[in-house]
Amino acid sequence: MKKFLQKNAPGYVFLAPWLVGFFFLAAGPILASLVLSFTKYDMISPPQFVGLDQYIFMFERDRRFYKALQVTFSFVFLSVPARLIVALAIAMILDKGIRAIGIYRALYYLPSILGSSIAVAILWRQVFAGEGVLNTILAQVGIDGPNWLANPSVSLYTLVTLAMWQFGAPMLIFLAGLRSIPQDLYEAAEIDAASKVRQFFAITLPLLAPVIFFNLVLQMIDAFKTFNSVFIISNGLGSPADSLLFYTLYLFNEAFKFFRMGYASALAWVLLLIIAAFTFIAFMTSRYWVHYENERD
Amino acid sequence: MSGVSLKSIHKSYGTVKVIEDLNLEIHDGEFLVLVGPSGCGKSTLLRMIAGLEEITDGTISIGDRVVNDVPASQRQLSMVFQSYALYPHMSVRKNLAFGLQNLKMPRDEIERRVAEAAQILQIGELMERKPRQLSGGQKQRVAIGRAIVREPQLFLFDEPLSNLDAELRVQMRVELASLYNRLGTTMIYVTHDQVEAMTMATRIVVMRLGVIEQVGTPYELYSKPQNLFVAGFIGSPKINMIKADVVHSDKGVELSLPDFGKFTQPGMQTSDGKMTVCVRPETFKVGDTGAIKASGTVKLVEYLGSEIFVHVALKSGQSVLVHASGNQHFHVGDDITISVDPDEAHYFDAAGLRVERTEVGVAA
Repeated sequence: MKKFLQKNAPGYVFLAPWLVGFFFLAAGPILASLVLSFTKYDMISPPQFVGLDQYIFMFERDRRFYKALQVTFSFVFLSVPARLIVALAIAMILDKGIRAIGIYRALYYLPSILGSSIAVAILWRQVFAGEGVLNTILAQVGIDGPNWLANPSVSLYTLVTLAMWQFGAPMLIFLAGLRSIPQDLYEAAEIDAASKVRQFFAITLPLLAPVIFFNLVLQMIDAFKTFNSVFIISNGLGSPADSLLFYTLYLFNEAFKFFRMGYASALAWVLLLIIAAFTFIAFMTSRYWVHYENERD
Repeated sequence: MSGVSLKSIHKSYGTVKVIEDLNLEIHDGEFLVLVGPSGCGKSTLLRMIAGLEEITDGTISIGDRVVNDVPASQRQLSMVFQSYALYPHMSVRKNLAFGLQNLKMPRDEIERRVAEAAQILQIGELMERKPRQLSGGQKQRVAIGRAIVREPQLFLFDEPLSNLDAELRVQMRVELASLYNRLGTTMIYVTHDQVEAMTMATRIVVMRLGVIEQVGTPYELYSKPQNLFVAGFIGSPKINMIKADVVHSDKGVELSLPDFGKFTQPGMQTSDGKMTVCVRPETFKVGDTGAIKASGTVKLVEYLGSEIFVHVALKSGQSVLVHASGNQHFHVGDDITISVDPDEAHYFDAAGLRVERTEVGVAA
């Protein structure tokens, strides 16, 4: 023990600020939320242990929980591939060695920094409102646009579009991935009579698979956690007609609007398990489609 | 099979001229090696023939067809890259078959060609492996196999052995030479290693700064280098270069060399007062049997078994390298006399161009 401390103490000293932060600010609340998920707790009276009741209620009787799951899954399945496709497309354009690439890179990355901010969500609401900027433009060419955010049949797609617009981070990672593919391979493929499309599917995509996988997992987790934009755009309600009732919004409202902390904690843990399950599935399937150059056999 | 014709080729990147007015005829079925120091434009030239690089001006023909605007895939050639450029996510079999699949070749034919290449290169047992599971030499074989299966008119090699260790390089050199003898297809090979060039080529093109310095068989380049650069580049170890003063040049030249003294080379003309006399290490004789001689001190002995290279410091301070057979004995600090027959030396004028003799030299 003494030897261990002598050897590792300096490392732990340097880690101390992070460890203190993790145990008191993250691990503590995480464990507390797990305990609270087995209780009824309104923040005024003491928590009341109810066993698995919260979870049973959630799965057996809570229709809004299923609605929130449906909205969130739809959003994840639509927005993640869409964002990745847009990010890859833009990265491929920027990879062509155009002039002033730094400026373009910064410009394209900007929405990602601003994207989850309140200001942009408000701006987005102004653009897509019934009498917003978009419909005003459409009216000029004789198109009577719907209320993109108030119409339950299109509101989710509007959110997906907003998500697509925030492609900066995956785009930068794709760009780095594209740059790491040796040019020789494309030249060999060129001599091997592979068309540009064939080169994309036979060279670029397989060699980019580790990066695609990395982006997929990160973006999927990100999409499951979408909150800021939907909170602003749906006025914190998930309206219209619960069409924007994202899981995190439902969780937030249960916790801080109805003060059902125990139930909100249970919802949080279910979300964690869902994200873990999807991440696990992604890792399991990756062995069939992700090729690592330095992988050991 | 087909030859390649390069006419008035120019290549520039912006204002930087990489190749200037290059003309070269590559004959059908020859093994032509482009050799030169880094940055001489040899790889650029090869890539222009391949269609991977556009030419700024001039005409490239493969066979009878001008290919300036023909994409690489339609030039009926194969290329082996320095980095091997194997598709890392594909097995050896898929690497070999990829190009044939792109050509929409029937499956039977693809399998036949892949099997034949595997047999020629003895990589049959590697077919299901990925490139990362192969050694450098095996990767190189697969890269060559990928070139063979296309059954091209022309093979291009861009420094294919430079990533291999010395032993493997010698082995692959032999294999490439026997592959050439077997296929008889035109091969253009780029290297900066003059030993590779000398051992494999039927003809060598020596390049410097985007210009061809000399084209010829390995023997021609070795025995009659046309300029100082070629004399210095071809031959290992490097040729000795000794500055000489031209004392008299009526019916020939009378040369004065430090340490070796004066001698006359009749029938040789030069208007300049300076010449460079080049003597290969193996042309020097240990002892005074040559027509002109000099004495010095042994500075370093490189013993290679069957042969020895002796570094000799001459009295003027100039150092020369002398080749001797392995059964001779030298020690650092020994006094030594070396000699040479002037007719076996090479002569270059002040501009570095070869000066030919028309008559046999006479020692002064």
